[in-house]
Amino acid sequence: MAFTRKQLGIPYALFLLIFVVLPLLVVLYYAFTNGSGQFTFENFAQFFTNGKALGTLLYSFVIALITTGLCLLIAYPTAYFLAKGRIPHGAAWLLIIVLPMWINFTLRLTAMKEILSFLEGNLAYHPFLNTIIGMTYDFLPFMVLPLYNTMEKMDHQLIDAARDLGASDAVVIRRVMIPLSMPGIVSGVTMVFLPAMTNYVVLDMMYNSTYIMGSLIGSYFSAYNWHDGSMISTVLLLLIGLLSWISKKAGADTEEGGAIL
Amino acid sequence: MRKRVTASIWLFVVLLFLYAPILVLAVYSFTEATMIGQVRGFSLQNYVTLFTNEDLVSIITGTFGLAFVVSVLSTILGTLGAIGAFYSRKRYRLAYDLANQIPVVNADVVTGFSICILLIVFFGMDKNTYIPLVIGQMALCTPFVYLSVLPRLKQMDPRLYEAALDLGCTPRQALQKVVFREVLPGMISGFMTAIMLSLDDYFIATYTKPAVFDTISTYVVNATKGSQTEIKTALWALSTVIFVVIAVAVVISNLAGRDKASEEGNR
Repeated sequence: MAFTRKQLGIPYALFLLIFVVLPLLVVLYYAFTNGSGQFTFENFAQFFTNGKALGTLLYSFVIALITTGLCLLIAYPTAYFLAKGRIPHGAAWLLIIVLPMWINFTLRLTAMKEILSFLEGNLAYHPFLNTIIGMTYDFLPFMVLPLYNTMEKMDHQLIDAARDLGASDAVVIRRVMIPLSMPGIVSGVTMVFLPAMTNYVVLDMMYNSTYIMGSLIGSYFSAYNWHDGSMISTVLLLLIGLLSWISKKAGADTEEGGAIL
Repeated sequence: MRKRVTASIWLFVVLLFLYAPILVLAVYSFTEATMIGQVRGFSLQNYVTLFTNEDLVSIITGTFGLAFVVSVLSTILGTLGAIGAFYSRKRYRLAYDLANQIPVVNADVVTGFSICILLIVFFGMDKNTYIPLVIGQMALCTPFVYLSVLPRLKQMDPRLYEAALDLGCTPRQALQKVVFREVLPGMISGFMTAIMLSLDDYFIATYTKPAVFDTISTYVVNATKGSQTEIKTALWALSTVIFVVIAVAVVISNLAGRDKASEEGNR
C-alpha cells in the first residue's frame, strides 16, 4: 500500500476517538441512567429541583464572574501599555508576567495563602475575598496573554485618528479600542471563566471549604457515585459548549491557543 | 511623559501582585521561620529537607518524569496528527480540529473525571499501571501540540515537499528532511506547553493516579490541609528552586534566540 501523509494522522484520530470522544459518550450514558442501567432523567431532575445544588451553580457563577471581571480590569491596561510601547521592551515584560505560569499553581497558591494569613491574621476572617484574590492571582497571566496578542496586531493609528477627529478618551475606549480588541477579550474571558467556575482547588486552599461546581464532581467521585458525577459533568459540558459557541460567534483569537510561551 | 509614568506604575503594581508572594517565600525559605512575619536566623534546613526527605524526592522526580514521558508521547502523537490532518480532505480536517478542541475548552475536572469513568469504571483498568494517568495527561497536552504545529504547516511552502519528491526523495525522506524540519519550532513550543500543562495538572492526576503515587500538585493540596511544618517550609524551598530554574531557562533561551536572530540578520 502506498504511503501517504494522511495516514500519519491515524494514530491521533484513533486517540481522539477513544480517549476524548468516547469518555464523553460514557459520561452521557452514566448521566442518563440509574444504578440498574435503566434510562432516566432522575439525576437531572434531582439536581434542578434541589435548592442547595442550584445555589452551588449560582455561587460558582458569581465567583467566576467576579474573577473574570477583575482579571479583565487588571489585564486590559497592562496588555495595552505593553503592546502600545508605552513601556520599552514590552515583549520582555510580557514574558516576565507569564513566567509564574510555569510554577505549579498549588505552590503559587501556597505562597499567596501565607501572605494573606500574615496580612489578615487568619484566613477565616475573609473567606470570600481570599478566594477571589487567589483566583485572580492564579488566572491573571491567562488573561494578559491573549489580550496582548490581539493588541499587538491592532492598528494603533486608528486610535490616534479617532483622537484627531475629536473623540474623547471614553469614546475612544468604547468605540475604537474595545471593538478592535474584542477577539482578545473573548479568548481571555473563555480562558479564565470556565476554570474559575470549576477549579475547586483554589477554593479548597484559600477557603477551606468546598462549594463550587467542580467540587460537586469531586465529592460524587470520592463517594463512587458515577451517575451524579456524570450528570454534573454533563451540565458543565453543556455550559462549555454554549460558551465556546458564543466565543466563536464573537470571533475569538483561537489561533494563539497553542503558543503559550 | 505623564502617560509613561502611569504605565510604569501600573506595571509595577501588577508585577508586585504576581511576584511578591513568590519572592517573600523565597526569602523566608532561607530562614528557620515557619510563618511569614517571624524573624529567625539564616538556615538551609529547608533545602536539606527538600533534597533528603524521601517522600519529597520521589514526588519531585515522579512529577518531572511523568511530565517528560507525557510530553514526548504527546509531541509525537500531536505532530503526526497535525500533519495527517493538514493533508486530509477538508471534511476530515474539520473533524480533527473539532475533536482536538474538546480538551482545550473543556474543564480539566470534566476531562479527568470522564477519562477515569471510561478507563477505570467502564473498562476496569488498573490505576496502578500508570496507564490511565499517562493517557489522561496526554489527552490534555496533545491538543496543544497539534495547535502549535498546525500554523507551521500552513506557513510552509507546499512546493518544497513536491520539489523533494521530484529530486528523488521517497515520501518518507521528504517528510523527514522537509516537513519535520519546517514544523520543528512548532514541535518545540508544543513540547514546552505540554511540560507546563503536565507539571501544573491537578485534576487529571487526582482522578487517574495510582494511590501510592503523588505529583507535586496532589501532594501540596493534601499537605496544606495538615500541619506538618517541616514539609510546609520545604515546599517554600521547592517553589524557590523551580522559580530560579525557570527564570534562568527563560533568560538563556532568550539570549540564544537573540543570537540566532542577529546571525540571521547578518546573512
